[in-house]
Amino acid sequence: MANPQLAAKLKITLDEDQLTNCMRCGFCLPACPTFRETGIEAESPRGRIALMKAVADGLMDPDEAFEEQMYHCLGCRACEPACPADVKYGRLLEQARDAIEDHTRSHRLWVKGVRRLVFKELFPKQGRMRLAGKALRFYQKSGLQRVARTTGILKLLPKQLADMEKILPEASGQGVIERIGGRHPAKGERIATVGLFRGCLMDTLFAETNVHTVELLTEAGFEVVIPRTQNCCGALHAHSGELDDARELARRNVRAFKEAGVDYIVSNAGGCGALLAEYDHLLHDDPACREDAAWFAGRVKDVSDILFRLGRLPSFGDPAAPGGPVRITYQDSCHLRNVMRSSDAPRQLLRRVSGAEFVEMHEADRCCGSAGIYNLTQPEMADQILEHKMEHANATRAHYLLTSNPGCLLQMKLGVERYGDGGGMKVAHIADFLHERMKKGD
Amino acid sequence: MLPEQAKRELIAILGDADFKDDPQSLVTHSYDGTAMQQALPDAVVYPRDTAQVSAVMKVLNKHRIPLVTRGSGTNLCGGTVPVNGGVVMVMHRMNRILEIDLENLTAVVQPGLNTKQFSAHVESLGLFYPPDPSSMAVSTIGGNIAENSGGLRGLKYGTTKDYVIGLEAVLASGDIIRTGGKLMKDVAGYDLTKLLVGSEGTLAIITEATLKLIPPPKAKKTMLAMYADLYDAARTVSKIIENRIIPATLEFLDNPTIRVVDDFAKLGLPLDMEAILLIEQDGEPETVERDIARIEEICRGENAARISVAATPEEANKLLAARRSAFTALARLRPTTILEDATVPRSKIADMVLEINRIARKYGVNICTFGHAGDGNLHPTATTDARDLDEVHRVEEAFAEIFEAAIALGGTITGEHGVGIVKAPFLEWKVGAAGIEVMKGIKAAFDPHNLLNPGKMFAKQTRKRVVIHHG
Repeated sequence: MANPQLAAKLKITLDEDQLTNCMRCGFCLPACPTFRETGIEAESPRGRIALMKAVADGLMDPDEAFEEQMYHCLGCRACEPACPADVKYGRLLEQARDAIEDHTRSHRLWVKGVRRLVFKELFPKQGRMRLAGKALRFYQKSGLQRVARTTGILKLLPKQLADMEKILPEASGQGVIERIGGRHPAKGERIATVGLFRGCLMDTLFAETNVHTVELLTEAGFEVVIPRTQNCCGALHAHSGELDDARELARRNVRAFKEAGVDYIVSNAGGCGALLAEYDHLLHDDPACREDAAWFAGRVKDVSDILFRLGRLPSFGDPAAPGGPVRITYQDSCHLRNVMRSSDAPRQLLRRVSGAEFVEMHEADRCCGSAGIYNLTQPEMADQILEHKMEHANATRAHYLLTSNPGCLLQMKLGVERYGDGGGMKVAHIADFLHERMKKGD
Repeated sequence: MLPEQAKRELIAILGDADFKDDPQSLVTHSYDGTAMQQALPDAVVYPRDTAQVSAVMKVLNKHRIPLVTRGSGTNLCGGTVPVNGGVVMVMHRMNRILEIDLENLTAVVQPGLNTKQFSAHVESLGLFYPPDPSSMAVSTIGGNIAENSGGLRGLKYGTTKDYVIGLEAVLASGDIIRTGGKLMKDVAGYDLTKLLVGSEGTLAIITEATLKLIPPPKAKKTMLAMYADLYDAARTVSKIIENRIIPATLEFLDNPTIRVVDDFAKLGLPLDMEAILLIEQDGEPETVERDIARIEEICRGENAARISVAATPEEANKLLAARRSAFTALARLRPTTILEDATVPRSKIADMVLEINRIARKYGVNICTFGHAGDGNLHPTATTDARDLDEVHRVEEAFAEIFEAAIALGGTITGEHGVGIVKAPFLEWKVGAAGIEVMKGIKAAFDPHNLLNPGKMFAKQTRKRVVIHHG
């Protein structure tokens, strides 16, 4: 079924230079999780770029299979560091999805529902996120959750959502500002003033982690401010073809942090941080905001990175466990690693924890299958990837599996729930783990 | 489009999932790693065993439909582009190691096995499979065999052909043959094993390979030497060999490459140097120490301006960085990168590099040269833009003249990438008209209906030779 509107839009949207820069050497193939799972060329970055180029060249109609293929990609961007020619695959993918969202004829009904809820009604509106957090908390605390679980009513949900229900942490209607306020002085001499990017998921489901992040930063010598007018980073929108919405959210964030007068913007969610660091690209065609966006993008740091590279690190120590030292391992956040190119700092921090033994997990640099809302929209592939991920996680025999992004954290919890070896592996955010072991003021 | 009947028969053999002819599958099997080559197949198949390969080939033979065998599609000669349409057979589903024989030091593998995975597995057993093409993280053993791939270790250890001692292959008729075996000696008839290695999918479909493994070297040492004069560097290469030292690796970067690499990787390379040699020796620890010391002496004797010998593996990695990033740095310069592999006797390296630079200037194109100096195998690499037709034409003219220059120096048009589509018009320059006729005779004996990878190796027309005027 031909879709001439989509074909025309793709021809305009797709960056011709990037399509030409792909020289089809295939070096991205082994880095791609979906290619590794399927062994099918179309499921690889080289294949997907060839499809985009074929559409742009008029060699192929952008049919339904084409649309599906563009959404089959996790967007983990592991192909980018592997690419000799430095092709900006992530941008091409965003452009393709943006065109598809404007002219698609497919999308399963419930996917559409989820997308509308998430992109238009929930994430752009911090108040609603907060309200959703309160509702979730009510559900978890009032006994409703118990009732729902015992009556089997959850079986009516798609399996992926039902499983998610089990692993969601206790939600909160109170974010980091409501808990501890918006300005925190540095301990000792101030190294720099940093603005905390609190995130939507982070501040409803992991508000405690945000509090811990603030305390780690102040302890290491940073003054922390949390601008109240910041909002969702727009990553879920940008990666799902809702570029206009993403740009609007980006503009508001740039303004909020510019006004706050910070030296750095610190994120504790790799998925958010990566988009924040690419605001210069996102707002490049907006003359009013271009300069501020470049300022902003150049100052985004992940919490591990700024602590390790610029901070006065406190010592971290694990109280000796009865069974010998506690074993810990780390799952990279794809966007932290492949876009922000930070993979060393979290590991270095974890290696500093005395009484803990850090073990590297095989293929820790591979996507866990969470990938934004991928685990909800592409449950089969996400589950296949997760199962393989958990084989490697189980092989580490670690007591703690640490992550740097809320999506990865939830997905790894789901992994332990589904494919854990029964050893009770705990999944935690690196900031929580470090905070618990931080020795203050020494 | 395949005839309906043929399609039905293929699906009956393979099942629905392993036969594809949707637009997405056709587009994604229309290219390989070669710049500016694309042609759509009519279908893509994914066989799971030799029996399926044989059955598929019988159907294709009956209907006279062409077949292109494909691994990961990383070759640089257009070898897996289906220029005559037909069926692309992807070997990825046949990717198992069937046996590692620790008594005979051999491995039996399927063609779709990833080269690096195989290499790593062999190393974990304390053994060594030396062929290491730059694409080994992506490529397959079957693809390496079809193209007779080389790599950085070719000088001392040889290339893929030196490690293939037996094959199972399906002929165009669908019949299955076995050649060689776990045999270090075998002169029973023509050496079909060696004939199939490097035959680029034009003679048979390789379905299983028996490979020779060797004990790994115990120690390794790396050094870098820089030269203000190209001939000094080239003489060093000859001198090392003359002194009866065969290094494991002896790589070369020319001045344009040094500049590009330094700009990309910020390694602090001296930009006034005309050449860098990267040298590695491996073997028994004492031998390695003695060889490296002797090579260092030779480098100094040939006026090397600077020499660094790595004391630790980390330092060795730093020295390797310049060579490793050469391709990446070049690929980022311009949208289109054309990597060639003209090869000359190693004593002629300097003359060849000067010829390449002269030709690049003559045609006003940007060509950087690096490569395996110890093998005389250079990679003149043009950076251009496929959309600029005039420039692309000049690049093609320049390469034609480079091939001619290589042959004039006693060399060849391709040392390790293969003929495929892109070198086919030049093959006769190297092997002569009678040579072409013999090769065509061999092709006809294996594949009388020209079904296996048609349009490769033999051009419709040989390119007119370029006359080089010296002086």
